[in-house]
Amino acid sequence: MTPPDLVVADAAVPGRDGRWTLVCAAGQVLELSPHDPAARFPEARVIEAKGQLLLPAMTDAHTHLREPGQEWKEDIASGLAAAAGGGFSNILCMANTDPVNDNESVTRLMLRRASEAWPHGPRLFPVGALTMGLAGKQLAPMEELLAAGCVAFSNDGEPVADTELFRHALEYAADLAPVIDHCEDPYMAKGAGANEGVMSARLGLRGQPDVAEALQVARDILLAEYLNAPVHLAHVSCRRAVELIADAKRRGAPVTAETCPHYLTMTDAALFGYDTMAKVNPPLRTDDDRLALIQALREGVIDILATDHAPHAAHEKETPFEDAKNGITGLDTALGSLWELVRLGQLSAEDIAQRFAWRPAEIFRLPHCRFAPGDPADFCLFDPEQSWVVTPETLRSKGKNTPLLGQSLTGRVTLTAVNGHVVYELARAGA
Amino acid sequence: MNWPHKDLLDVSQLSREDVDVVMRTAASFREINARPVKKVPTLKGKSVVLFFAEPSTRTKTSFDIAGKRLSADTFGLAKSGSSLQKGETLKDTVLTLQAMNPDAIVMRHSSSGAADFVARRVSCAVINAGDGWHAHPTQALLDLFTLREVWGDDLVGKTVTILGDVAHSRVARSNIRLLTMLGVTVRLCAPRTLLPKDARALGAKVFHELEPALDSADAVMCLRLQLERQEAGLLPDLREYARRFCLTKARLKNAAPDVKVLHPGPINRGVEIASDLADAGNSLILDQVASGVAVRMAILYLHITRKEKGETA
Ligand SMILES: [Zn+2]
Repeated sequence: MTPPDLVVADAAVPGRDGRWTLVCAAGQVLELSPHDPAARFPEARVIEAKGQLLLPAMTDAHTHLREPGQEWKEDIASGLAAAAGGGFSNILCMANTDPVNDNESVTRLMLRRASEAWPHGPRLFPVGALTMGLAGKQLAPMEELLAAGCVAFSNDGEPVADTELFRHALEYAADLAPVIDHCEDPYMAKGAGANEGVMSARLGLRGQPDVAEALQVARDILLAEYLNAPVHLAHVSCRRAVELIADAKRRGAPVTAETCPHYLTMTDAALFGYDTMAKVNPPLRTDDDRLALIQALREGVIDILATDHAPHAAHEKETPFEDAKNGITGLDTALGSLWELVRLGQLSAEDIAQRFAWRPAEIFRLPHCRFAPGDPADFCLFDPEQSWVVTPETLRSKGKNTPLLGQSLTGRVTLTAVNGHVVYELARAGA
Repeated sequence: MNWPHKDLLDVSQLSREDVDVVMRTAASFREINARPVKKVPTLKGKSVVLFFAEPSTRTKTSFDIAGKRLSADTFGLAKSGSSLQKGETLKDTVLTLQAMNPDAIVMRHSSSGAADFVARRVSCAVINAGDGWHAHPTQALLDLFTLREVWGDDLVGKTVTILGDVAHSRVARSNIRLLTMLGVTVRLCAPRTLLPKDARALGAKVFHELEPALDSADAVMCLRLQLERQEAGLLPDLREYARRFCLTKARLKNAAPDVKVLHPGPINRGVEIASDLADAGNSLILDQVASGVAVRMAILYLHITRKEKGETA
C-alpha cells in the first residue's frame, strides 16, 4: 500500500462530532478517522486544521469563463484560479463563448487551456451548446461534443424559445447527457434587468416578472414528464418556480434544479441607487422569494447550488443601469457569502456539502469525494471565523463585478486540494 | 440660507423646508419675469451645460431662458452634437463635461438613474431634467408652484388625479412623491397596461376608470401619451384610448367645482385631453410654462450659489 502523503489533522467535519484526521495517498482518500494527537505520518505533508472545517471540494455546475473570445472579462486560467480559491474541484463552463462551444475544436481548446494553466485541477468540464451558435434553430452535434469532453448541453444565455425544437433537443439529448435550461419567457423577460415589483416601480426600471421564469419552468417540467427525458433547471430565483418544481417532484418528474448564492443572500433592495453590480439575470427578487429558495434547498426541492459566475470588465458595469451587462462574479465569494446563512441557522454545513459538492457531481456524473476510502482527495479547508473584506485584490477572478465589493464576509476558504494536490493555499496573515 | 444639496436628482431628497425655499425663491424670480428688462446679474460669469441626451425642446429652452435671465452662460450639448452617437460611453462624456469645469450640468437621459450616475462623478451641481421613467424633479416643482398660485401654500386635503401613462412617466413619479409629501391625496388612473404592476407602492390610490378617479378631484394632471405605446402592444390604438381616458369637460362634471387641469406638454389634443378643455379657463397649462422658468431659475440659483461645507460666505 502507498504510504500516506497528505494528511489533514484535527479538523471539524460537517455532520460528525469531534475532531477528524483525513489521510490521503496518491491522490485518493485512505481514511477519515477520529483525530489521534499521537499519530505520526513521517512521509506526509501534515496540514494542521485546528479550528477549521474540512469540506468536500465543490462542483460548480454553472459558470461563464469567457474563453475563447471575451478574455478581457475572464479567461480559463483566471476562472480556474478563482475556482481553486473558492474551494471548487469541478467547474462546468457555459457555451456562450465566441466562437460558441458547438463543436469539438472549441471544447478541446477549452480543455487544453485548462490543463496548461491548472494541470492538477480544478477540473474543467465544458457544457456544449444545445443548438448551433446558440441560435435556437438547429441542434448541435451532441455526440461529438460529448466525445470531446462536454458533460452537459445548454443554450444558457440564449434560451431556446421554439418549444418544438426544445422538445426535440430534450429527446435527442436524453441518451447522451443532461440538458441545462435557463428558464425565461423570451417576450416577457426581454430587456428587463430588475425584478418587476415595488422596487422596479419606484426606480422606474423595466421589470422582469417572476412569471416570466415560472412559465418556462412549467414548460420544461411538462415536456420532461411527457417525454420522460431529464432536464436541469438553471439558477431558479423565485417562489413560483419553486412551487412548480415541488409539485413536479412529488409526481416523480425527471427534473433537477439549481439556485445561486446571490438569490439566497440578496434581494432587489440591492438595486437601490441603481447599483449595476446587482444587475443579474434572472434578477434579484423579493425577500419572500429568497426565503422560499432557502427552504427549497434544505428540503431538496432545489437540488444544488451553482454560482452562475458571470465576470465582466469594469467598464461594462460602469454605465447607467439599463446599459449595464447582467451578471455577478461568484466563484471567489460563494462559500463566504453562504456562511452568513449557516451562522443564522438557515442552512447547515452539511447542506452545503450536499448541495454544492455531492449532489451536483452526481447529477453531472463527475468525480467527487465523500471521504470514503478510494475517493479522489478533493477537499477544501474553511475557516469559519476568519473575516475578510471583498476587494478587487481579494478576488482572483478578473471579474470584480459583485455587490459584495467593500463588504466584510466571515468565513474563508484557506486551502483547496484536487486529487491530493494542493491547488490553493491562503497565505497566512503576517507570514 | 445655505442650500444643503449639491445636486437635484429627485424631489425625494428634499425636505418640506427645502421645498418652501424653492417656492419662495421661485416667487421672487417670478417678479423679474414680469419686468420689461428680464435679466439680473446674479449668475454672471457662471456657466451651465445643458446636456440633453434625449430630444427635448421645452425643458431645454426653459432651462436655457432661466440661465440667461440670471446672466449665466449656457452651452447646449445635444445627443446629435455630442459624441454619444459615436459610441462614447456616458462615463467618457461625463469626464469631458467635467473637464470643461461648468458650475452646473442640466441633464436629460433616457436611462433611469443616469443623473445619479453623473452626479457621483462630477464635482459641480447636476440638475436632473428627466432620467428615463424615474424622475423629473423640476417638472414636479413647477407643477406645485402653479397649484400654490391658485390654492395658496397649504395643499393638505386636496385631491389630485394623475391621468395617463404612469408606467413610463418620470413626471408622474416625481409628482406623486412631492404631492404626497405635502399632504395631497394622489390618485392614478390609467388602463392596467400603463401602470406599473405594483402601482400602489408609489403611494397613490389606483383607478382603472375615469369616473371614480375624477370624483371630487381638485386637479387633474394629464400625462403625455407616447405614440409608440400602441406599437408595444400596450394599447389597441389612440382612438380607443381616447374613448376610455380622454379628459373632457363632460367627464369632469363630478370633479370639484373649480377643478384645475394641468399637462406637462406637449399635448396630443383629442388624445389625453379634449382641445376645448386644454384652452378653457380652468386649464393651467400656460401657467405651468411660466412657472417653469421661475422654478428653474430658483433651482439654478440655489445650486450654483451654495457654499461648500467649511467655506465661509
Ligand atoms: Zn443563465
